[in-house]
Amino acid sequence: MNASRPLKLDARRVALTHYNERTRQPLEVLCGLDLEVSEGELVTIVGPSGCGKTTFLNAVDGLVRITSGEIRVDGRVVDKPGPDRAFVFQHDCLFPWRTVRQNVAYGLEIQGKLAKAERNERAAGFIELVGLHGFAEHYPHELSGGMRQRVNIARALVMEPQLLLLDEPFAALDAQTREFMQVELLKILARAKTTALFITHQINEAIFLSDRVVVFSARPATIKETIAIDLPPGRTLAIKHEPHFVELEKHVWRLIEEEAARTGMMTAAA
Amino acid sequence: MAMQHTTAGAPDTVQPSAKPLEVPVRSYWQRNENWLLGTISMSLFLIFWELVVAFGWVNPLFTSSPSRIVSAASDMFADGSIYEHIAVSAHEFAVGYGLAIVIGVPLGILMGWYSRVNAVLEPFVSALYATPRIALLPLILIWLGIGIASKIAIVFLGAVFPILVNTITGVRTVEADFIKVARSFGCSDRQLFLTVALPSSVPFLLAGLRLGLGHALVGIVVGEMYGATKGLGFLIATAGARFQTDQVMVGIILIASAGVAMTELLRLIERRFERWRPNLRG
Ligand SMILES: Nc1ncnc2c1ncn2[C@@H]1O[C@H](COP(=O)(O)OP(=O)(O)OP(=O)(O)O)[C@@H](O)[C@H]1O
Ligand SMILES: [Mg+2]
Repeated sequence: MNASRPLKLDARRVALTHYNERTRQPLEVLCGLDLEVSEGELVTIVGPSGCGKTTFLNAVDGLVRITSGEIRVDGRVVDKPGPDRAFVFQHDCLFPWRTVRQNVAYGLEIQGKLAKAERNERAAGFIELVGLHGFAEHYPHELSGGMRQRVNIARALVMEPQLLLLDEPFAALDAQTREFMQVELLKILARAKTTALFITHQINEAIFLSDRVVVFSARPATIKETIAIDLPPGRTLAIKHEPHFVELEKHVWRLIEEEAARTGMMTAAA
Repeated sequence: MAMQHTTAGAPDTVQPSAKPLEVPVRSYWQRNENWLLGTISMSLFLIFWELVVAFGWVNPLFTSSPSRIVSAASDMFADGSIYEHIAVSAHEFAVGYGLAIVIGVPLGILMGWYSRVNAVLEPFVSALYATPRIALLPLILIWLGIGIASKIAIVFLGAVFPILVNTITGVRTVEADFIKVARSFGCSDRQLFLTVALPSSVPFLLAGLRLGLGHALVGIVVGEMYGATKGLGFLIATAGARFQTDQVMVGIILIASAGVAMTELLRLIERRFERWRPNLRG
């Protein structure tokens, strides 16, 4: 939407075929996918289950190799995980033997650029940022689900990535915590000025968070439609009840329904 | 629900309470219940044992009795004969169990981490692990003689396999999710091993040490029953042959106490390493 701003992510004609070693069947997951994300944008990906959203995000992180096409972040071709990208996994996946501080400092420790004192200081700043002041020395099992997910996000943010990749980070949370976390995430990202690519199954979450919602088609995934979300910044949860929001929601839902119907997942319902 | 829209901030940003919550006052009995119950049941058992012997209901030649055991023990400590036995057994245990740790843990890590190393050694480990160690005793005696070396070898063989097998399992069963997280942070193989595989295998490793400890103690007793001249196992075997039940009991109690003490020590170490685990033992 902001053609003036430089491109953070530039994915062109991305194709990816999984080869299942057990059944020896190739599976075409992504097929000629184009996606551009400008600096500072928050783009959400929605689409029917199993269409290849996680696979695409993994490819952007460099965790899996694409079969053809090209993914560039800040103009550099992605071939392996790098410090310019950070991934927030669906399950919080915190290391249970590390305290909150040690978990958040993990990426810095792996990178090995900063001394321990500096790492801890940086970590402390981000623990503060996600609203967990005073919990630095707690172990993950001593935190609630929402708090763990904040640590998970802080662990990625502390790397000060150019591009933050989030794969259904709130899926395991209860409905209420989830809504609060959405508001929090917007604040956190605004403060950290991070570009983000976010996967979700919840359409209202996608619209609430995004500058743009990208709807993936059924597998093999291409982009079915991109919807610019023209809601003002500084959103509060109340916006979810405004007519325009509801309209957008219906529109996205219809698109996904069409795709799901194509895979035969919900023929009758549609 | 309407409240939510206005309070868009997160009530989730809780602060830890400045002062700890007041712990409800519990009586001395409540705080020490497990410990007290154990002591009472043990005392009752000892009294019962003493009484059935005192009333002549059972023959002390078979069962001995608490007072007889105490007097036998004080004799043995007084004339100093017991110290040699303890020293020899302790020596065998320390060297055998120590070697089992020094060899079992690194080898287990290698086998768990490098599938090639595992492929080469796995058949040997499986075969030896499945063989009752006692069946190897004659061979060990032929190779190492009846001196202390054969005893150490038996203790070692008993302890090394549980340690080895548990370490292998620990290093192998790293959660795939953790590996993915580490990789996404650009972890090298070496870092993956140090920051993920090793810490997540610590509980397995400690369980292996605990199992190995029990096997090592068995090894002492079994090893000293063949061609030994000293040691607690030897003491138990010879006293038994002469129907000196009191002395047999002294030997058993000494070995059992050493086992309990060392198991407790390992538990303490485990607690130190597993502070991060949720406490499931109420
Ligand atoms: N490692 C793999 N090997 C082979 N096939 C895989 C592998 N990972 C995923 N797939 C297949 O790729 C397809 C896309 O999976 P992916 O996880 O990207 O879907 P998704 O859109 O994230 O689904 P969901 O919304 O349910 O999370 C699925 O059909 C899956 O079976
Ligand atoms: Mg997915």
